[in-house]
Amino acid sequence: MKIRSQIGMVLNLDKCIGCHTCSITCKNVWTSREGMEYAWFNNVESKPGIGYPKQWENQDKWKGGWERKSNGEIQPRIGGKFRILANIFANPDLPEIDDYYEPFDFDYQHLHTAPEVKHQPTARPRSVITGKRMQKIEWGPNWEEILGSEFEKRSKDKNFDNMQKEMYGEFENTFMMYLPRLCEHCLNPTCAAACPSGAIYKREEDGIVLIDQEKCRGWRMCISGCPYKKIYYNWKSGKSEKCIFCYPRIESGMPTVCAETCVGRIRYLGVLLYDADKIKEVASTESDQDLYQKQLEIFLDPNDPEVIKQARKDGIADSVISAAQKSPVYKMAVDWKLALPLHPEYRTLPMVWYVPTLSPIQNAVESGKLGMAGVLPDVRSLRIPMKYLANLLTAGDEEPVVRALERLLAMRAYKRAENVEGVEDLEVLRQAGLNKKQADEMYRYLAIANYEDRYVIPTGHREMNVPEAYAEKSGCGFSFGNGCSSGNNGVNMFGAKKVNSRDIIKTFNVGEQ
Amino acid sequence: MNNLNHLLFGVYPYIAIMVLLVASWIRFDREPYTWKADSSQLLDGKNFRVASNLFHIGVIFVLMGHFVGLLTPEWIYHHVISSPNKQLLAMVSGGFFGILCLIGLLMLINRRLTNPRVRASSKFSDVFILLLLLVQLLLGLSTIVASLDHLDGSVMIALADWAQNIVILKPQLASESIAGVPLVYKLHVFVGLSMIFVFPFTRLVHMISAPIWYLGRRYQVVRER
Repeated sequence: MKIRSQIGMVLNLDKCIGCHTCSITCKNVWTSREGMEYAWFNNVESKPGIGYPKQWENQDKWKGGWERKSNGEIQPRIGGKFRILANIFANPDLPEIDDYYEPFDFDYQHLHTAPEVKHQPTARPRSVITGKRMQKIEWGPNWEEILGSEFEKRSKDKNFDNMQKEMYGEFENTFMMYLPRLCEHCLNPTCAAACPSGAIYKREEDGIVLIDQEKCRGWRMCISGCPYKKIYYNWKSGKSEKCIFCYPRIESGMPTVCAETCVGRIRYLGVLLYDADKIKEVASTESDQDLYQKQLEIFLDPNDPEVIKQARKDGIADSVISAAQKSPVYKMAVDWKLALPLHPEYRTLPMVWYVPTLSPIQNAVESGKLGMAGVLPDVRSLRIPMKYLANLLTAGDEEPVVRALERLLAMRAYKRAENVEGVEDLEVLRQAGLNKKQADEMYRYLAIANYEDRYVIPTGHREMNVPEAYAEKSGCGFSFGNGCSSGNNGVNMFGAKKVNSRDIIKTFNVGEQ
Repeated sequence: MNNLNHLLFGVYPYIAIMVLLVASWIRFDREPYTWKADSSQLLDGKNFRVASNLFHIGVIFVLMGHFVGLLTPEWIYHHVISSPNKQLLAMVSGGFFGILCLIGLLMLINRRLTNPRVRASSKFSDVFILLLLLVQLLLGLSTIVASLDHLDGSVMIALADWAQNIVILKPQLASESIAGVPLVYKLHVFVGLSMIFVFPFTRLVHMISAPIWYLGRRYQVVRER
């Protein structure tokens, strides 16, 4: 057993109001540069819809994620190493800019400079790639917002697979939900596996997947490898970029920008301990539908003394272990099984999980009476079909979705009985497989959602990274480019001394003799 | 003329090679963020697969052909092939891959200059290196035509002597061996040396990073802090 820790995220879709604050704040902080205007590390999609980039879930088209070969081994769907290298001159599975959208800005200055005219001047769009006028904006990152565009097009959504989807195009039966998306920081990332340069890596201490911008050579295989299409090619720098999980914030114990600014308090961040030796075995699970269950087995109980002992041996800090014990992500994904992974069938073992959303109860509207399953309303009569949610979150297996939704309903019914009728309705909890303590905690985490409960992030102990802390002190401030860099090698080719080391007074590392 | 000949084919090669080595090293060490293939496939993928593959396959073969052809000493390849036959082989294979490369290159140049998105995101060096490649390729292909006049392999041997003398650090002998070859060959060599000279300042550096060792690594990369 080799224990590693991972910062995971849970998004409670039941509370997402689709305001895009997460996307906007993320964009303002990370991707407002030229070359990255079209890229959204975080975006919010209205489902059903083909999403951004177009049809990202259709892996017959884009070939993202892993596939299991007949011999039980897994390899990236875009091909083995030879095929990846053979396609290096022109990647046949690469989306083009129009699959995302042509980024644009508006001629706002015209509003100031226009001469006196009969009609009010307008700010017309201009492409930020070519700088030329755009007559018409054809597509954008949230073009299908709140069921925009016709059902015919939206119904190409892969999550309609194995469903009679025609009826959901009718007004009375239509349904929608929001899906905020970001990099999944997978345990078994295909982007990293597909990178010919080996520039994409997973950080051991918190599992954040990053692209080394100095090692990336722009072979653009990661873009095809990632089944979530969450790696973007910066056409100006010629390098790929992706969500960095706001690692500078995470390292200092703060939530990511998307989570911090979420007005609906739907995001949770916490530590999970997992057994790194089991990644390959779990990712190679034979049946797609077993992947969710198998992925749950890779996570370790942070309260188990054996696990704690091994974790310490594997170099995991005590602060990380205690954060794992209080982790909201562990509670929601593993304890209560409310949160489910996004498309586990891609075999990447994603680490951003989703609590499926409840929706209005259809039959109640149609016939005036609720469909009941025992003492709970039948979640199968919810407006959003179980099959659709299952295709999104559990590779088509409806049981885990039904269980999660029943638990959400049960918690509500229990709290309602307690607060409105003043009775303790344990029967409703029993049917959902919950006990009173769990239900109360679920209420605290899901309904109250205090900041301290949502984000339990240990600081990154970056002080341990600095080889010579004393020398770093007043060595160099923050600067762009190579301002303070002494190069990649120990020997400076121009003979300069390193600014961030002390040569005259010998310094020692903590614990060094 | 003699002095100019020595300057261009006895001295310039060393300047070009030194610039290649030192400037590439500086760029790799000091500006690794600029070291990239600089693909524009994202902005326009139409016919790109055909164009880019034709160009790259052509150019890689032609380049390897030059290395093997110029640097293999006569007494080694004579065990396998005679000089006239070697010249014929070089003309046929070089011609074939040169044409492949030319088709791809023309498609790429057309794309770079006419596609508004690619054009707008191009740097001067992107266009410059494509045009330089085109000039060099046309010169190279016209040497094939010129070679039809002398199928005995003598010019080929003179050029190989030049290259080998450069490698063994005999610039005087090198410029003497090349002095008598027709102008088109000399132009081809000069432009070739100039490409070596500009190499570190263009996107050509990506060929040094050809990721062959990808074949040998594990799929997942995990970095310890």
